[in-house]
Amino acid sequence: MSEFNIAEIRNDFPILKELIHGSPLIYFDNGATSQKPKQVIERVSKYYIHENSNVHRGVHFLSDQATNAYELARTKIAQYINAEQSQEIIFTKGTTDGINTVAFSFGETLKPGDEILISGMEHHSNIVPWQMLCERKGTVLKVIPVTQDGTLDLDAFNTLLSERTKLLSIIHISNALGTINPVKHLIEQAHRVGAKVLLDAAQSIQHLSIDVQALDCDFLTFSGHKVFGPTGIGILYGKKEILDPLPPYQGGGDMINQVSFEKTTYNGLPLKFEAGTPNISGAIALGAAFDYLTSIDLRGAFNHEHTLGTYLRARMREIPGMRFIGEAPETSCTVSFLVGETHPLDLGTLLDKQGIAVRTGHHCTQPLMKQFNIPGTVRASLAFYNTTEEIDQFITAIERSLHLLS
Amino acid sequence: MNKSINQIQDEIIEEFAIFDDWMEKYEYIIDLGKELPLIKEEYKKENNLIEGCQSRVWVASELKNTHLVFTADSDAIITKGIISLLIRVLSNQTPENIVKSDLYFIRKIGLQEHLSPTRANGLVGMINRLKNDGLKQLTT
Repeated sequence: MSEFNIAEIRNDFPILKELIHGSPLIYFDNGATSQKPKQVIERVSKYYIHENSNVHRGVHFLSDQATNAYELARTKIAQYINAEQSQEIIFTKGTTDGINTVAFSFGETLKPGDEILISGMEHHSNIVPWQMLCERKGTVLKVIPVTQDGTLDLDAFNTLLSERTKLLSIIHISNALGTINPVKHLIEQAHRVGAKVLLDAAQSIQHLSIDVQALDCDFLTFSGHKVFGPTGIGILYGKKEILDPLPPYQGGGDMINQVSFEKTTYNGLPLKFEAGTPNISGAIALGAAFDYLTSIDLRGAFNHEHTLGTYLRARMREIPGMRFIGEAPETSCTVSFLVGETHPLDLGTLLDKQGIAVRTGHHCTQPLMKQFNIPGTVRASLAFYNTTEEIDQFITAIERSLHLLS
Repeated sequence: MNKSINQIQDEIIEEFAIFDDWMEKYEYIIDLGKELPLIKEEYKKENNLIEGCQSRVWVASELKNTHLVFTADSDAIITKGIISLLIRVLSNQTPENIVKSDLYFIRKIGLQEHLSPTRANGLVGMINRLKNDGLKQLTT
């Protein structure tokens, strides 16, 4: 492992050399999805060229090989997030799928009147599955308010937490605000009243070191594509003793032990939660993404992101009329903003024409946007392959856009 | 005699031909957006609103003799600029011509991305509304 070298890192991500509308791509939309290093891209093609076969099925060489690679990926991911054992790692389609799995399977153990606690800064994917559960089971959804600077209201959290709380499902880093939530504290408090905790790590797995045993979260979920892996694959981690007694989410092949028309018995972990042929190439390539992360100077990469985040906010403050949406003391290198009366869509469109990819809109957090009384924001979300030079160009491009729009 | 829908479309295509970079093109669209006469405040109501995911568009139509006249507004200025082009093409035309029009100028001047589902800026809804208003006149 060599020291973090931005030029070498950028070289690993082929797409960063693209020209967009004639300008070099500046990719500041990492919150939506990350770019892929060639190690991941090559792993996908290697699988299809040399190894393609179904897993857990055949007695033939290729099937054995595919199964081994698939299960090895599981082990790598277990090690990366420090799960106690690899059967605690379930391959899903992504974060949304992970949350829905918990909402269904853990949801089956709940009774009317039991409470689910979420926060006001959740992504729709951590709101709607719980509303559906509440309709099904008569459980009650409670929401921890967010203060005007974009932090969680911890006093309100303490008030809302009670013996009725069965699950706290909370976003680790806000996709819309960049706020880093004090999850260790939240988990400790929730455990005191006997509640379980599901951590939505979709925006944190790529920016922080995650240790599920140190955090002591009961469930954790993230999407592969946001952590330099392919789309359509994700992870749900759950403590074995909690997952074991839960009913499966979906029925089908691979998740069974014995099937008869009279009675079917289910497979054990993790296959009980992986009905049907899984996304084999996705899982293997996600394993390669974590190999990539462990092969680089990750501490150096995270430090670089911290520098980028600080520099970005400082440079943005120079722009008259700049308004940050979310100014929590602890933020990631994601910045949501508005400038004066400028519509986010107008600014996003003009930045695109200058080769800069940002996200505009409500970021799937309509309740949060409603609280701030805005239709949406422009969001710049960075990754460790971004540079301070790109931030300078971003500032110039914002100024040029504002000049046209004024 | 009014210019036909296609004559106006061809005029717009010619106007856009002089721009050699994207920013010039958008500068022009933004200027059009700023010039667009606003929709009458009384028309800015719920049933004239086309809700996009990111920007909102209001459209109203009025039949003057045999021709439909459109007015519109949006909260985003680029959307407004494109609206002003659409109105220039379709307003003051007969319902029949509006309904059967093929709006090829959008693609020719390179703005088709604004009609893609990911933009979700209400423009697709607006074009549907303009044509529907034309259709209503034909069927009533």
